[in-house]
Amino acid sequence: MNYGCSSYQYFCFTFNYIFILKNREKSKEALKIALSKGLGLAPQLISLVAVIGIIFAFLPPELIKEFLGGEFSLIQVGGAALFGAVMMIPSLIALPLSGSLIDAGASYTPVAAFITTLTMVGFVTIPVELKELGKKITIYRNGLALIFAVIIAFMIGVFI
Amino acid sequence: MAAANNIENQNKKNKKEEMVAEKRRQKFNQNIKKTIKTIIFWWLILLGFRYFFPDRFSAAISMSSRYLKEMILVFPAVLVIMGLADRWVPTSMVEKYLGHNSSFQGKFLAVFLGTLPTGPMYVAFPIAAELLRKKASLSNVIIFLGVWASLKVPQLGVEIQFVGLKFSILRFIFTLISIFIIGILMEKIIDTSEFNEIE
Repeated sequence: MNYGCSSYQYFCFTFNYIFILKNREKSKEALKIALSKGLGLAPQLISLVAVIGIIFAFLPPELIKEFLGGEFSLIQVGGAALFGAVMMIPSLIALPLSGSLIDAGASYTPVAAFITTLTMVGFVTIPVELKELGKKITIYRNGLALIFAVIIAFMIGVFI
Repeated sequence: MAAANNIENQNKKNKKEEMVAEKRRQKFNQNIKKTIKTIIFWWLILLGFRYFFPDRFSAAISMSSRYLKEMILVFPAVLVIMGLADRWVPTSMVEKYLGHNSSFQGKFLAVFLGTLPTGPMYVAFPIAAELLRKKASLSNVIIFLGVWASLKVPQLGVEIQFVGLKFSILRFIFTLISIFIIGILMEKIIDTSEFNEIE
């Protein structure tokens, strides 16, 4: 494991240093809040990492490729939307994959549905979202995003 | 008499502070216990997984470790920045720029805030909760989350390169419109006053 510092962290250290010089008490409190919040979220984050690995093992990108490359149908669009919702692939893998699918002759609508739900709906991140924003917001946000993803996909299919 | 009263008040105040600290410590211990339990739970699942599907194990581990690395690098920094923001950014300021009366400028600011960073989605949720607690309106928070999730600028560059310019522009426009609709719809349906009562 590589423990190098990211630019984020360098930024953060300097940032914090300035604040510590300015007001010790308040900054200490800020660090305490950060620590307790991080610990509160740790179980959800650990589960997130584990679930991503397991989902990736059973639904590898090749499977999506097979599915999206097939004949165009309503079921295919719905399936693509669900695929995108359940999975969490880095966009650096997902976008080239989508590009190669379109080059190979897949239609734009399912690909659009896949990309949109992949980014907007996250089943894997739902535990974190539930903890932070509550049941109501989580359900409405993901549900509405799923519905709108299908609408967006058909709009793109019409206009392109 | 006044002096006695004063001392009594002081005592009461100290007691209250002690109670708060005690509560915090209890929660801290609880969280540590919960974290350890989760680690053990997933460790067992992982062992079972390796036993039943040895050929898929390496793919799962490589994906998980990739995200774990990202988390270790990004999350502490975000937490510290949020802790600082919690102490230093006053509620009135968030309310003024992102609250219910911020109208169109607030929406624009929410979009701008969402496109700026490149962090993963699970970082956005604590930030969104923090904004809600500081009295930002729900529609602005949902717009922020949606834009953060799907309209990040670096990601758009990759999309244009691999999928095509026309597709990206269309997706950008339609997604932005739907995020606005979702945000405004949710603000009409959901009452967020409970967020303000917690803190």
